[in-house]
Amino acid sequence: MTRRQFWQRFSLHLDLILLTGLGLLMLTSLVVLYSAGDATWGRVLAQMVNIVVAFSVMWAVANMPLHYLMRAAVPLYTLGMILLVAVALFGEISHGARRWLNLGVATIQPSELMKIAVPLMMAWYFEQHEAALNLKSYAIATLLLLLPVAFIAKQPDLGTAILIGASGFYVLFLAGLSWRVMAVVAIIAAVSAPFLWDMLHDYQRHRILMLLDPTKDALGKGYHTIQGMIAVGSGGILGKGYLHGTQTHLNFLPESHTDFIFAVFSEEFGLVGNLILLGMYLFVILRGFVITANASTYFTRLMAGSITLTFFTYAFVNMGMVSGILPVVGVPLPLMSYGGTSLLTLLLGFGILMSIQTHQKLVKT
Amino acid sequence: MRYHHIELKNHQRELYYFRLRLALSLGFVLLLMTVLLVRFVYLQWLRYDHFHTMAENNRISIVPIVPNRGLILDRNGVVLAHNYSAYTLEITPSKVVDMEATLDGLAELVDIQPKDRKRFRKMLGENRNFESLPIRNLLSDEEIARFSAQRYRFPGVEVKARLFREYPYGEATSHLIGYIGRITQKDTDRLEDEDLLANYRGSDYIGKAGVEQSYERELHGLTGMEQVEVDAGGHGVRVLSRSTPQSGNNLTLTIDAKLQQIAEQAFGNYRGALVAIDPNNGEVLAFVSKPGYDPNLFIDGIDQQSWDELNNSPDTPLNNRVLRGQYPPGSTIKPFMALAGLYYNKRSPTYTISDPGHFSLPGTTHLYRDWKKDGHGSVDLFRSIVVSCDTYYYGLAVELGIDNMHAFLAQFGFGEKTGVDLEGEQPGLLPSQEWKMRRFKQKWYAGDSVSAGIGQGYDLVTPMQLAYATATLANGGVGYKPHLLKALQNMETGQSTATKAEVSANYPINSQHFSLVKSAMIAVTQPGGTAAAAGAGAAYTIAGKTGTAQVVGIKQGAKYDASRLAERHRDHAWFMAFAPAEQPRIALAVLAENGGHGGSAAAPIARKVMDYYLLGKAPASMPVVGQTPTAVLESSGVDAGTNPAPSQEEEEHD
Repeated sequence: MTRRQFWQRFSLHLDLILLTGLGLLMLTSLVVLYSAGDATWGRVLAQMVNIVVAFSVMWAVANMPLHYLMRAAVPLYTLGMILLVAVALFGEISHGARRWLNLGVATIQPSELMKIAVPLMMAWYFEQHEAALNLKSYAIATLLLLLPVAFIAKQPDLGTAILIGASGFYVLFLAGLSWRVMAVVAIIAAVSAPFLWDMLHDYQRHRILMLLDPTKDALGKGYHTIQGMIAVGSGGILGKGYLHGTQTHLNFLPESHTDFIFAVFSEEFGLVGNLILLGMYLFVILRGFVITANASTYFTRLMAGSITLTFFTYAFVNMGMVSGILPVVGVPLPLMSYGGTSLLTLLLGFGILMSIQTHQKLVKT
Repeated sequence: MRYHHIELKNHQRELYYFRLRLALSLGFVLLLMTVLLVRFVYLQWLRYDHFHTMAENNRISIVPIVPNRGLILDRNGVVLAHNYSAYTLEITPSKVVDMEATLDGLAELVDIQPKDRKRFRKMLGENRNFESLPIRNLLSDEEIARFSAQRYRFPGVEVKARLFREYPYGEATSHLIGYIGRITQKDTDRLEDEDLLANYRGSDYIGKAGVEQSYERELHGLTGMEQVEVDAGGHGVRVLSRSTPQSGNNLTLTIDAKLQQIAEQAFGNYRGALVAIDPNNGEVLAFVSKPGYDPNLFIDGIDQQSWDELNNSPDTPLNNRVLRGQYPPGSTIKPFMALAGLYYNKRSPTYTISDPGHFSLPGTTHLYRDWKKDGHGSVDLFRSIVVSCDTYYYGLAVELGIDNMHAFLAQFGFGEKTGVDLEGEQPGLLPSQEWKMRRFKQKWYAGDSVSAGIGQGYDLVTPMQLAYATATLANGGVGYKPHLLKALQNMETGQSTATKAEVSANYPINSQHFSLVKSAMIAVTQPGGTAAAAGAGAAYTIAGKTGTAQVVGIKQGAKYDASRLAERHRDHAWFMAFAPAEQPRIALAVLAENGGHGGSAAAPIARKVMDYYLLGKAPASMPVVGQTPTAVLESSGVDAGTNPAPSQEEEEHD
């Protein structure tokens, strides 16, 4: 096999347009991580390893025909539910929440698996019942969504619960859930909000209250929000320059390499940098929309749409949190924040998108 | 055809609706992106001046003020852990351009050993670049003067005054007091889990072992805060507000430092463990695990060589044998077995066996040997304890059955953690039928009971457990939870809170049974008993029991010969005792690893400890620790009369 042939075989199922967008974002991530680590290579190198691993997974998934994926829906979802129940029963408590499961060899966080498994399961369900969709089908799909979400919210991991809830809602919405039903649910939600408030954990209420007035707790939880806003705001139009962010380097900024990495970027690259970053995210999202619009089956349409919209949701929630318009719920900035697990889940999703795009292209020709 | 047409039409309609919804989603995405954009414009353009000012001119830095760590004192106010102030030379890596040149330059002014450099490199790897890290501790005045004169040459290097922790008793209290060490990422994660991280801003150290670890929360204190205005370079300009830190609480332990020291010395070259408890309240008087280590080495990160020495030593000096050493109890189980036999009516005080030196189960030929080859002749319950007759207990164990044994022995805390206030305690092992089925999926055999009758086989105890069981026995079946904390003194209010004794076992022993077993245990330390030598000439009555814990199995027919066995394969020696037997004030368990016989190896150690505690008699050669009781404890209500001078009467007996 010549080098050219190898390259063709290798990139056969990679969507190069999407890959360009993802690559740019991950490259930016490495640049910012170097700064967030006070000009050290440790985390940059570790993240490079994460990227290589996650990329391999993405490549493998992209090369997988779609019916494999459909077949995996029920087992994955079932496994995820079993693990969630196991976490509720035997999980390890960390950060005041029960999220991790110790398998002896490794600890895993089953909610991460559900980020893919829930939309997959719902899309599969709709595909099976495509011919005769009625209110009951939507009700069952909703149940498939609410069950894991309830378990995850109970851990408690409100951030992940909301995001998985959103990914499932996107499937429902794209599958054609009637506007009337959505309106009724919205009204019920508004009415029951006060009761939900009572069900929240103290720290969650605290965080929501801090959103309304972060100055109240300047040394505690509000500190995150305030320092994030100062970092973003003081970046100005052009930013303070690479490696010159004072908020970052004088240690005012908490969690600068994970949840608050956007503040580091924003402080050093300013409004112009933010525009470019938003542009990169929009680029990836638009490509996702194109793939969704071209998808040939009901299943792939729902799946692609949900993945794309969920990706956007992550980015929006994180940037909104750092810039002080959303509560601090502990969601990383997709493709930018340090961490292997979230990167793996994201690229797994993009692998599915690529598979949807490239396999049907082959079918057509 | 028509059907197909409809389907196609439906399909297209469906696709139309889907794309409509997709377009709506895109609108939603663009809308929210615009919201973000507007927010960025607001923050970074319209409100730029405000945030710029906040970040640049009026940077209010919150500087944590680390509280003084509480002291640890013994029951008489003797200092076991304290703080002293000293100067350190510190480097902030991010401000240094050429680290090698800086270190070389500094080495010309102050004494910097290769060891210091190695440690510093290790810290460099573990910490953020913006933290200042010590290169040398304990600078002399001369060194400070020399550095100060040349200071301009070394940007990013500073002399700082810091508080240091010291353990004056060093190795003698190592496993008890433990040590503090620099906070690692793992500690940080745990503090975050417990929501305590804020209180540790600025703190460099945290308790890593022993009392320093288990009472970390009490010792650390509350971190104060200073709001300082800093300029763009991060230098403080003025203090805006200040909340004073609250020192950690002082701990008064139940330990008697002198007793601890004597116990530690008494081991000589033996490895092992000793725990002494006041049976009347569960106060732990001495807590020794031999060998120990110098805890002072760990505070600023131990150097690799010392670490390797400790970690690779066959003597395992880092292993806390008191809490984590699990050994077969051997014959120390016999007094408890005797009580079980009486309780379940399997033995009467007068019931006598004729001991041929071995025992076999009915219908089998396997011989379970007594430690004495030719046997002890005619043995009743009293004598079975005095001469430690194995054959007596082989038979008793089979008649009792393992589940009765389990139920009875569990009352003395065997098989479960004592709950002493230190971390890492092991539960030992008290077997039962149910346990064996669970663990090995096997039924319990009568042969298993035979071994269990003399504390071999599956049974395991920690020295802490045996000491607790001894104290419970001494107290007639009422056990107090062993504890090390006698009182907590709040440094802010000066108020002292004493720990209350907590009853953890309440199974009063039949008084006739108790006095029979006790009299046999007294006879153990008198002529004819297995610990006669160690009990000789004591001015008080000692109730004791020796034991040996087998390290290697001995083949059928073979004879245990200590001199032929490698030292490491020799039996472990046990001794448990309480005294004065009539009104016990101290109960203890001693383990001498590979000591051979309890009577000769372990009992003399116990004797020295009891002599000091009850009579105030100290061995001649005692190293003096350069510490005097501090004045801190004036109001803490420490009972100074714990070690009264020996009475006239006792001295006459001596």
